[in-house]
Amino acid sequence: MSEVIVITSGKGGVGKTTTTANLGCGLAVLGKKVALVDADIGLRNLDVVMGLENRIVYDLVDVVEGNCRLKQGLIKDKRFDGLFLLPAAQTRDKDAVSPEQMQKLCDSLREEGFDFILIDCPAGIEQGFKNAIAGADKAVVVTTPEVSAVRDADRIIGLLEANGLANPTLILNRLRIDLVQRGDMMNIQDVTEILAVDILGVVPDDESIVIATNKGEPSVNTTESRAGQAYRNIVQRLLGEDVPIMSFEQAPESFMDKLKKLFKN
Amino acid sequence: MDILNFLRKKNAQPSGTVAKDRLKLVLVHDRVNCSSHVLEMLKNDIIKVISNYMEIDEEELDIQITQTQTEDNAGTVPVLYANIPIKSMRKSNQED
Repeated sequence: MSEVIVITSGKGGVGKTTTTANLGCGLAVLGKKVALVDADIGLRNLDVVMGLENRIVYDLVDVVEGNCRLKQGLIKDKRFDGLFLLPAAQTRDKDAVSPEQMQKLCDSLREEGFDFILIDCPAGIEQGFKNAIAGADKAVVVTTPEVSAVRDADRIIGLLEANGLANPTLILNRLRIDLVQRGDMMNIQDVTEILAVDILGVVPDDESIVIATNKGEPSVNTTESRAGQAYRNIVQRLLGEDVPIMSFEQAPESFMDKLKKLFKN
Repeated sequence: MDILNFLRKKNAQPSGTVAKDRLKLVLVHDRVNCSSHVLEMLKNDIIKVISNYMEIDEEELDIQITQTQTEDNAGTVPVLYANIPIKSMRKSNQED
């Protein structure tokens, strides 16, 4: 049984692509066969985040238009067994593909025997969004604890439900624990209460993500990265395991804080 | 000095709470997808209908969209809130 999951957000820049890349790698590490589909036609990015930009020959539009076979379009990630990327076309725009074609593409990927098909949705609520959600069974909404991102997430949740993707789950990305503790950032409960959806995971703001993305490596494999741990937890939840949300009380800087407090007293 | 600052900060609402409150208000309007123009038309229609039966105070009339807890406390739903002060019941209608 394959599962098609669209990763969406409404607002741009909240971490959809990074989330897609990390969840894909995480699932592949656990032995699943995974296809990552970049549905952001014209603004392709999943390839660079994955570090596979030099290996692109064909793209999603080529596959949809029949210029190549599906297997030719899929790039095999040599670092992870069973992980494949279908890159977006860079020189076309969102209208190059229709929702029906995306649905067909998802069905073909199911027939290829993929366990998980993760679709990286473009920002916005226009054609690109409609294409990305067309073939999906489930939706994951990524947001950050900011007013603008949560507002857009709310709009997206409404649109998903109107399009038959009921009960999307939420990933709260880039949570700054220090700001939350100070009361200067909405906390997990604030956001889930406002959006009234189930939380799939919380990813702390972590510079290791920036470093990993610079190098084109996913962070999910970095054991010392807190964000990587958060992604590993989400992967397990996707596989149906009951993993509690990470506790953020013991932030790594707390040791220094304790020292400072000691000297202050 | 530190303590004074600390105390002062306690009095003001933390910005996270401000963000949450602002968001809640914005989303009430976003979710019902009701423009102020539509609300104005609705208001005029309500006045028209009620005026058939009673005399109302149009100046003090207050119509807005807010939210309320659902009966089973499972979440909130938008409600149309209307506060319509009655000046007097129209006699002509009460007769029949």
